[in-house]
Amino acid sequence: MSTASAAGPLLSVQDLGVTFGTADGPVRAVDGVSFDLTEGRTLGIVGESGSGKSVTAKALMNLLPSYAEVEGSITFGGRDLRALAAARERHFWGVELTMVFQDPMTSLNPVKRIGEQIAECLRVHLGRSRKVATAEALDLLERVGIPEPRKRLRQYPHELSGGLRQRVVIAMALACGPRLLIADEPTTALDVTVQKHILDLLDDLRRERAMSMILITHDLGVVKGRADDVMVMYGGRTMESAETPTLFGRMHHPYTRALLETIPRIDAPAHTRLVPIPGRPPSPAEVGRSCPFAARCRHRIDDCLDGVPPLVPVPVGAAGAEGAEDASHHSACIVSVGSDGRGDS
Amino acid sequence: MAGSGTDHLRDPAAHDDVVLRVEHLVQEFPAGRSGGRRQVVHAVSDVSLDVRRGETLGIVGESGCGKSTTARALVQLPPPTSGRVVLDPGAATEVEMVALSGSALRAVRPRMQMIFQDPISSLNPRRSVRDIVGEGLAIWSKASDGLHQQARVDEVLEAVGIDPEVAATRRPHQFSGGQCQRISIARAVVMDPEILICDEPVSALDVSVQAQILNLLEDMKERYGLTLVFISHDLSVVRNVSDRVAVMYLGKLCEVGDADALYERPAHPYTRVLLASAPEPAPTVDPSDADIGDEIPSPIDPPSGCRFRTRCPRATDRCASEEPVMRQVGDDHFVACHFPSI
Repeated sequence: MSTASAAGPLLSVQDLGVTFGTADGPVRAVDGVSFDLTEGRTLGIVGESGSGKSVTAKALMNLLPSYAEVEGSITFGGRDLRALAAARERHFWGVELTMVFQDPMTSLNPVKRIGEQIAECLRVHLGRSRKVATAEALDLLERVGIPEPRKRLRQYPHELSGGLRQRVVIAMALACGPRLLIADEPTTALDVTVQKHILDLLDDLRRERAMSMILITHDLGVVKGRADDVMVMYGGRTMESAETPTLFGRMHHPYTRALLETIPRIDAPAHTRLVPIPGRPPSPAEVGRSCPFAARCRHRIDDCLDGVPPLVPVPVGAAGAEGAEDASHHSACIVSVGSDGRGDS
Repeated sequence: MAGSGTDHLRDPAAHDDVVLRVEHLVQEFPAGRSGGRRQVVHAVSDVSLDVRRGETLGIVGESGCGKSTTARALVQLPPPTSGRVVLDPGAATEVEMVALSGSALRAVRPRMQMIFQDPISSLNPRRSVRDIVGEGLAIWSKASDGLHQQARVDEVLEAVGIDPEVAATRRPHQFSGGQCQRISIARAVVMDPEILICDEPVSALDVSVQAQILNLLEDMKERYGLTLVFISHDLSVVRNVSDRVAVMYLGKLCEVGDADALYERPAHPYTRVLLASAPEPAPTVDPSDADIGDEIPSPIDPPSGCRFRTRCPRATDRCASEEPVMRQVGDDHFVACHFPSI
């Protein structure tokens, strides 16, 4: 359901780089990340710890610490976000662009009632009166599926279960009617039965409000049924990006493939031998001048260590039919890996 | 799902290879007072299990179901409120651990070792890795002299993929999370245990490292003849490592059985909920099976009868008044439910 908007994408990130100055020298956490997000779509960003997925989200939310050096451009609805940040435009973040974090306990104020916390965003950003804001907070709690919302308004975060707290955080993120919601591992701290309900809720809300969403997760399974597009990150860079069915149907990058193969499957018989990925993910301090996955890759050739492979369109068809490229499918790998998972060099 | 009963336990007379038998395990903790009455957290309520030699028993459930409390009660950390934990039931070497204390308990401890979820915080940051792995041997003087002891430590370190030379000087913070979990496994295995209890051993690891550790556990099991009790909230991981799986909910067992049978033909409504809630739901259940309430009742005041009845789509009056008992629904497949799917 790609709605090719004439006005261009809602969000456009070009060549984003984030470097942290540390005692041990500069650490490059995000390197040359570019993507577009069309209005109304969900982008899934998949990566392990240290892949740069959360730093990317924080750069979008203007939440990076002052010692972070940001490069590249971020355009949202035609506006330059980095210029807005420099101008200290406070009523943009939290209104048009909001975020839901992993741990619902630490993203809520423990000494403030739920109702006050939700009403606060409405009063600060939209100038609502206390009475109106409280009434809207009640509606929001009802919408995110919290039972007995009137009673919950007067409760403190510690009186709620983890799943209910995350619903409160989602209600706060929705309060000002955002055009884009970023959810950073929104269910990682929750039990599996609650996780599905929260992801379903986010999906429903996105559809109902014609919002766009960025869903950040370490779990390929989470994005499979929920994201329109997927971007796989590793070592601060984009490894592969495509529309979700294309990515799962014609996986190109050896890292994406290895990630999918290494995860135990719920429908595979007991004691199925797993395909491990040797080594460990690189720390951001180790990001160098080669493919970040080269050290762990089965298909590595000498050229992989010589320069960072660019993110280029993937030819359609295993044999690389002349000239045919899928405009939405990109991969940063110079080795052509056949659909059987073996390199054909 | 509030299941009690012992029908799923295997007859020691018919199976002389049962290495661990847990009967009517109860673990309760005080939880202060309310209205002048002392309150009790019913963390584990009447759980019975057994494990055969060389088998892996997976215990799966959500947070608060009592799976970690069960694991800790097995190694008497702390000892359970009541119940029996029997090593080598029916054999000459039979030991009932709950009755033991002091030196008698310490004497059987090496037979059952444990690894934990957070590999970094479970290792002493101030000591070298080789010292950490060798400490148990040093205390027990299992090897007759220092040289043999060192050889044993080096052999096990090599088996888990850690270079003994490197381990001699380095401390835990110089290793990654995955390597620290390898070191934890070495520390447990070096004692030559019969049973290895793994409490969420891969939950803190990156997905690309998880498979290395799961494969290593399978290798160590083979090489050292271990029996595993494997606790996890991750259904896919549990199926991969287990011969037999037990599903727990709010301190009770719901369903126990052969791993493949339980995943292919889940009989308990709660097992079906779990399988349908996974990010990629199991093909053996209907996605709508996951549609239940989020609120888990308090273990201080658990529901009467079946503890799952407050969230169960099939619950009737009978579930509130009568607690279901484990019964057989297939070959090595048992369920505690009045209305199972069979």
